[in-house]
Parts: sequence; structure tokens; C-alpha cells
Amino acid sequence: MTLDDIRSSRPVQMSLALLFGTIFGFLLVRGGATQHEVIWGQLLLYDFTVVKIMLSAVLVGMVGFQLLRSLGLVQSHVAAPTLGSHLVGGLIFGLGFGLLGLCPGTVAGAIGRGSLDALIGGGIGLLIGTFLFALVYPRVNRGIAKAGPLPWKTLPELLGGINPWFVVVPAGVLILAVFWVLESLGL
Amino acid sequence: MFELLVAARWSPYLAGAGIGLLICLTFLLSDRPLGASTAFAKLGGMIAGLFSRRRVESMEYYERVTPNVDWQFLILPGVVIGGLVAALLSGTFSPEFVPTFWATRFGENGVIRLVAALAGGILLGFGARWAGGCTSGHGISGNLQLSIASMLASAGFFIGGILVALVLFGVPEGQGIWGLF
Repeated sequence: MTLDDIRSSRPVQMSLALLFGTIFGFLLVRGGATQHEVIWGQLLLYDFTVVKIMLSAVLVGMVGFQLLRSLGLVQSHVAAPTLGSHLVGGLIFGLGFGLLGLCPGTVAGAIGRGSLDALIGGGIGLLIGTFLFALVYPRVNRGIAKAGPLPWKTLPELLGGINPWFVVVPAGVLILAVFWVLESLGL
Repeated sequence: MFELLVAARWSPYLAGAGIGLLICLTFLLSDRPLGASTAFAKLGGMIAGLFSRRRVESMEYYERVTPNVDWQFLILPGVVIGGLVAALLSGTFSPEFVPTFWATRFGENGVIRLVAALAGGILLGFGARWAGGCTSGHGISGNLQLSIASMLASAGFFIGGILVALVLFGVPEGQGIWGLF
């Protein structure tokens, strides 16, 4: 079976999606990210569990992704950034993040560990919220989402089209430095 | 190995590294980033379609994000199953309605919490689709590709979240970074 066979087989992809989701949910619960108090602890800046999980995932994923990309095995999937879409949408999301104490992935994981708050409040709310966005999508997409476009899709592009490894290595060192600072401060 | 599987909590560094490896696999085997919010949009469209299929089919958004059972959709039941398996293995599965942390500030009133959680979920869903991704899709999968859009979205997630959490719960004086000043 070649990589193309795997990617084009619907039964294989459906099974993989369930498997990937299952591993993701398992890891989110083990990391503690599906607990409201851990997310609120992060947003109140005294429990840095969420930042540690996210930055470790970015560190490992960034190096792995770039290795696979250098080998020609994967391609990037990044959006063209605009302030109106990504920053404004991100801020709206953030308000919900603070109010619920969970995000979409951790809502699903929290449902699995027995949180009725995630099921009845978060889950139903997410369904309503995405539907409300679908209603206003044509207006948002042609209006504010186009505002404040930025000309670069990735950091290496922003830095003049340099080899991505010149960003990956310093970014990796920076993430390790953040971990060191957090641990030294006992955070 | 077995002890690790049943441990209720892992080091966040280990859990995070596992998620990083997992996303390398989703890119390699499925040519996709790992995200969670699209599945909610698809499920919402499917449920709305039960009431008025023609209306949903005519909506521009659902032409772009088809409400069907596909790869992005199946991530969602997977995450629920994974969360359940993790909780059952460690014996930490426990139905809970009002989160303890919320109750210590706002009391055990389930109606107040339900309204807050619903409002939170609505804002999350609306904002995630507006920004084209959530803490998984932008926060991890996008940032690890060094995507500027994902960095902007992640800044929004945390700025909004920190502001709301501070308004709701107040500054936890003496704790975490607040103890450094």
C-alpha cells in the first residue's frame, strides 16, 4: 500500500479519523486539558498546563512536520491571514473560551469523561454557534473577514522567504526557553 | 507501560508531545491538519437539515462545509470515545454538571451555569468558524506550520479568554504570575 492508496481509500480514512480522534481525546484527558479548572487556571495565569501541552505539541509537530515536508511527504495547509477573520474571530472565540472553560476539542473530551456541562452547555452551544455563523457567513465573508489582509502566510515568508528551518530551530529553542522559565518560576 | 495507560494525569509535556506526533500522522496519512470545530459545524448543519433540508442546502456556508459524515466529522466521536476510554481506564469517569471551580465562585445553581455554558459554547462555535479554526486547528496544527493566520487567531483566543476569566473570577492574587509582582 502506497501513501496515495492510504489517502484515497475512504474506508481507511474513515477508520483513521476515528482512531486519530480517539488518541486525541485520550491525550487531552491525560494532559488535564478537559478539566474546566485547568483551562480557567491557565486563563487566570496561574496553572500553565494548557500552555505546556500546546507548546510541546507545537515543538514536536513543528520539527516532525518540517522533516516530512523536506522529504516531500506532506504539504502545508495554511490560510491567508486577515485581521478581520483571524484576530476578530479569535477574540469572539476567546470570550466563549473564558465563559465555558473549555474549547471545542476539549468539550468533546470532557463529554467522554462525564461532564454534563460540556454535553448540554458546551456541545449544544457549539452546534448553535456554528449554525448562527453559517447564517451570517455570506455577509462576514464578503465584509469584515476581508479587512486587514496580511501579505504573508507563514513566518518564513514574513522573513523574506527564508528556509523554514531557520525559523523552526530558533522557535524550538524559544519554546524550550519558555519551558525552562516556567519550571524555574514554579509555574 | 500499563501503569502509564491507567494514570489519571500525565506530564503535560508528554501529553503535548503525543499530540504533536499525532498531528504529524494526520498530515502524513490523511494530508490534513487536526481540528475539532468543523465537526460541530457539520453536525449542526445535519441537525438543522432535519428541520429544513432545502434551507440548509441553499446556505452558502454548507456548500463550503458539507454537513456529512467524513474525515473531519469522525474526529468528533473519536475524541468523545478517547475521553471516555481514558476516564474509564483511570477510574476517573464521573458525571458532573456544575464544574467545582465555577461552583466555588457562583454557587451550585444549575440554571445560571447552563446559561453561561450555552453562551460560552455559542461564542466558541461562532468564533471558531469565523476564524476558520479553534485551539486544535489553529492553536496547534496551524501554529506548528508557522502559520501567521493561526498565530493571530491564537492571540485572540487567549486575549479574549484571559479577559473574560479575570472578569468572572477576579485576579487570583499571590498565585501563579500574580505572585511574582
